[in-house]
Amino acid sequence: MDQAESVSVLEEKYSRRTFIKGVIATGATASSAGYLFRGSPLLGAATYQTATERLITLNVNGQERRVDVLPHETLAMTLRYKLGLTGTKLGCDRAECGACTVLIDGVSQYGCSMLTHQVRGRSVATIEGLEDADTGELSVVQKAVMEEGGFQCAFCAPGFIMAMTEMIEVNPNPTREEARLALSGNLCRCADYDKILTCAMRAAELARSV
Amino acid sequence: MAERLVGADIAPPDLHAKITGRARYAEDFRAPGMVFAKLLLSPMPHARVRRVDASRALAMEGVIDILRADEVPSRDGPREACLTDTPRYEGEPILAVAAVDEETAAAAIEAIEIDFEPLPFVIDPLESLRPGGPNAYVDGNQFSGQDGWSDFKWTDTDFAKVDAGEMPDPSCPVEWTKGDPESAFAESALVLEETIVHQSLTHHPMEPRSNMAYWEGETLHAFVSTQSSQQTKFALAGALQIDPENINLVSEYCGGGFGSKIAGTTVMQIPALFSRKINRPVMLRITRYEENYVGRARPGFQTWLKMGFLQDGKCNAIDLIIVQESGPYGAGDFNTAGMIADLTYTPQNMRFRGVSMYTNTPPKAAQRGPGGAQIISMMEPILEKAGRELGVDRFEIHRMNAPRGDVQFGPRNATLTSVHAVEALDQGREMFDWDAKLAISGKRNGSKVTGVGIGLSPYTAGSRGRDGMMIIRPDGKLYVHQGIGNLGTHSIADTARPAAELLGYNWEDVEIVWGNSARAYPRSTVQAGSQTTTAHTRANHAAATDALRKIREVAAAALGGSASSYSVDSGRVSGPGGTMTLGRIAERAIAMGGEYSGEVLPDDVHAQTVPAAQILAGEGLMGIARDNYGGEGNIYSWVAGFAMVELDEETGVVELKEYVGVTDCGTVIHPRSLGAQVFGGSIQGMGMAMTQRWVFDPQWGVPFANRFYTARPPGFLDIPADLKWGAVGIPDPQDPVGAKGIGEPPVGAGAAALTSAIADAMGGRCVCRTPLTPDVLLAEIEGRPMYGRLEQHVG
Repeated sequence: MDQAESVSVLEEKYSRRTFIKGVIATGATASSAGYLFRGSPLLGAATYQTATERLITLNVNGQERRVDVLPHETLAMTLRYKLGLTGTKLGCDRAECGACTVLIDGVSQYGCSMLTHQVRGRSVATIEGLEDADTGELSVVQKAVMEEGGFQCAFCAPGFIMAMTEMIEVNPNPTREEARLALSGNLCRCADYDKILTCAMRAAELARSV
Repeated sequence: MAERLVGADIAPPDLHAKITGRARYAEDFRAPGMVFAKLLLSPMPHARVRRVDASRALAMEGVIDILRADEVPSRDGPREACLTDTPRYEGEPILAVAAVDEETAAAAIEAIEIDFEPLPFVIDPLESLRPGGPNAYVDGNQFSGQDGWSDFKWTDTDFAKVDAGEMPDPSCPVEWTKGDPESAFAESALVLEETIVHQSLTHHPMEPRSNMAYWEGETLHAFVSTQSSQQTKFALAGALQIDPENINLVSEYCGGGFGSKIAGTTVMQIPALFSRKINRPVMLRITRYEENYVGRARPGFQTWLKMGFLQDGKCNAIDLIIVQESGPYGAGDFNTAGMIADLTYTPQNMRFRGVSMYTNTPPKAAQRGPGGAQIISMMEPILEKAGRELGVDRFEIHRMNAPRGDVQFGPRNATLTSVHAVEALDQGREMFDWDAKLAISGKRNGSKVTGVGIGLSPYTAGSRGRDGMMIIRPDGKLYVHQGIGNLGTHSIADTARPAAELLGYNWEDVEIVWGNSARAYPRSTVQAGSQTTTAHTRANHAAATDALRKIREVAAAALGGSASSYSVDSGRVSGPGGTMTLGRIAERAIAMGGEYSGEVLPDDVHAQTVPAAQILAGEGLMGIARDNYGGEGNIYSWVAGFAMVELDEETGVVELKEYVGVTDCGTVIHPRSLGAQVFGGSIQGMGMAMTQRWVFDPQWGVPFANRFYTARPPGFLDIPADLKWGAVGIPDPQDPVGAKGIGEPPVGAGAAALTSAIADAMGGRCVCRTPLTPDVLLAEIEGRPMYGRLEQHVG
C-alpha cells in the first residue's frame, strides 16, 4: 500500500479499529511496549527519503504548523515531540486513561489513538491553546479550576480540562450527574473526582455568565 | 493584620502551571542531542541469560549503543539492580538500547538475539512454604545479611491444616506475643476464625516513571519522577556510587507515586548510566505496559485470623498469621499489619506470626497505607460480624474497641501522641446518619440489596527532627526552601503556611522554592508514610522562629529598644524605635553577616543542610533550624469511613451510593486539600477492595492483568455522587502546629467501609478475599466455591 492510499484509508473515520488497522498498514513497530515514533533529526538523511511527502500542515491552537510526520505517527507524539506541546500527557498510550485528550474540531479525542495524518485540515486544540494568546487570560475552565483548587498531581489535568472545555460547549447547563458522564473518559489516579466535578460545574457556571 | 494562612483554602502556587501545560514532568524535558533508550524485558519469571547477540541490533541505522547488566552497579542478595542477567520476574529489565529515536530503539530490541535458561519460579508464596516447594531464588527463599540464604518451609502437619481450611500452627521468622492469648480465648464469648486472601495490586500512578539524564563533566543532570526530592538526590547518588553534590536533580512535578516513587531510583539509574556511557542525553520513556512491571505493587497477604470477643463486644484476643507475597525484593507490610491490628482492636492479648516470602512477581513496595490498608479492609467486616453474632450494634462495636489516649500497642507497647478515633467515629455517625441508614440495611429493591458498613483506619502520620531553611531577601519576600517532593499533596506550599503566618506574611509575599536541587534544600523527609505534614510544618516552624528572633534583633540594633518588644506584620517589623520593612531588615542582616545572613549556621543542623545553606548565605536574613521540639510516642492519624452500597444479587455488581470519611489528623491547614486526600485515598481503597488485582498464568508465571483495563482503578462512574468528609480538628498537643499527616489512613477506611457494607448486603457473610469482583460475589451468593481457599494471584 503506498502512502497516499494508506492515508486515505486512515481518514475514513476515527474509529479505534481504523486506527489500529492504520498503524499495521503503515508498518509501525508492532511492539507491546506502546506506540512509538521514528524520525529524529539525528537519524540523518536516509530516513528522510520521503520527507516531502510527509511534510504536512496542521492547524494547532489556531496556528498553521508545518511538520514532518510519519504515516503511523500518533497525534500525541507529534504534539509532544515535534511541536513542543508537552502539555498533552501520555498516561497509557492506549486509550485507557484520557491524559492525552485534545479537541479536534471541538470534539474531545484521545491524542494517543489518532494518527496525525487524520487531523490534516482540521482544527486541533491543546491545553496550551486555551489561554488568550494576547492577554494570557485563562479560559473559563482554567479559571474555574484555579478558583476551586482542582487536581492533585495534575498529570491528568490537561486531558480533563480539554474534556471540560468540550462539555461546556455541548451542555452549558449540566447536572453533576451529566458532568460526571461527560468526563468519564478520563482517569484520575489520585481520585480527585469530587473536586474535578466541582471545577466542571463552576466552569459551566462561569461560561453561562460570560 | 496579615491574613490567616492556617485553615484557609489557598490554591498551591504551581496550579497555574499545571492547568496551562507549562508544568514540566520528567518526560517533558528535552536536551540537545537527546536520544531514546528502550528496555528489553524478561519474558520469563525467573531465568538466567545465557547468551546475548546484539550484533544485528547494533548494526542498524540510528542505533547508538547497548547497556548491559555488567555495566551497572550490581547488588548482592535479594536486592534489585537496574539491569540484570538473572531476571526474577517477568518484565524485569535485562538490557537497554539507545537509538536516535524510540522506534529505532524498539526495533533494535526486537533484533537482539537472547537465550535464556529458565529457572524454577514461585508465584504463590504458599507454594514456596510447602515442603519440597519451589523457591524464588536458586539459593533459597529466606535471606539474612548475616547468614545468607536458607530454605524455609512449613511442615506437612502445617499444610494438612492449611489444606483442610484450618488455622495452622507454623513457625514463622517474625513472631511476638503480648498478654496471654490462650487464656483470653478461653474467656471469649465468641471466637471467629477466618482465612483471608488480600490481593497484590499495582500502584499505577498516572505518570509512568519516565526520566531523562545527561552529564556535564562530573555533574549528572537527572530529570526524574519522584515523590521525594532532596532525599532522592542522595538515594540516587548512593545507587550510582557518586558524590551527591555532583547531582542536579530536577523533580519539579511528579504525576503521582502512592509509595512507588518514594525515591524510585531503580529505573532512574538507566538513563544516567547510559548517558555517561554514550555521552549524550538519554530519555527513557516508560510506557504503561512497562510501568505495570517496573512500577511496584502492594504485597498480597494470605492470612489466618482468630479473633475473640467478650459478651459485650470487646475484642479480648487476636491470633494472626500473615504470609506475605513479597516479590523478588521484599517488603515490610506484614509487620505493620500486625501492629495496626493490635492498635485498632486493642485486644490486650495478641499473638502475631508473619513470614515474608520472595516470589517471582513484579517488585513490591509500600503502597499508601502499607500493611494497614490490607489488614483493616479484611478485619473490619469480621469485627462487624462479631457485633451481629453478639447482638451488639455495629457502630458501638467499632467505638468500644477503638483505642483511647492511653493505648499501648505492638510488641513493645508503643504509645501515641494523640488519638481521636472515637471522635472521628462519632462525627461520622452523625454526618452519615448511621441510625437512619441502619434502618434500611438489608432493604430490597428488585434484585438489589442495600448494605451499610464502617471502616476505621489508622496509619503513621509524622516524624520529627528535620531541618527548615528560609530566607527573607531584600525584596521583602519570604523564600521557603522545600526539599520535599511535589507529588500532588500540595505539601510544598501547605507546610510553609504556619511558618509564614508566624512571620506575619501575606501569602502573596511568600515564594516556595522547590523541585531542583541546585536551588538548595535543607535535610528533608522522604515523602512517604504521611510524614511530611508533621515533619515539615515543624521544621519550617523552627526555622521561622529562628528568623523571627533575628528580625527582632536586627530591628532593635537598627532602631533601638529591646528585641523582644518588636513584632512583625504584613512585611514590616515595628516596635518602640519605629518600623521597618522586612526588605530593609534583610539588607541589614546581610550587612551584619554572621548568623543573620546564614554565614554562621546552627551547630545541630544536618550535614546535608550545610552545603545548601552555604549556597544561600549572604543573600538575605536566613531562618534555619533543626526541629528540636521533641515529643513522645508515635504520630498516627485516623479516618472513619461510612459507606452505603447496593449489591445486585443477580449480577454481583456493587454500586456505591454514599460515602462519608471523617479524619483525626490534628490541626487542619488546608481544608479543601484535606478533603481531597480523604476522598482520593478512600477511593483508591475502594479500587483495592473492588477491582484491581494481578492474575497470573500459574504454568508460565506471566500476568494476564497488566494494564488499566484489566486491573482497573476507579473511574468517574465508580464513585458516588454523594461524598462527604469531615475533620475532628483537635490539634496534636505534642506539636507546635498540631498537624498530622493524612495520606495513608483513608485507603483502609474506604476499602473497609466497602468490604463491611458488602458483607452487610450479604446478610453478614464475609467473603474474606479481595478484590470483591462480581464473579467472586456471585459465587458466594450462589454458594458455589470459586476456587481454593487461599490461592494468591488467581483472580
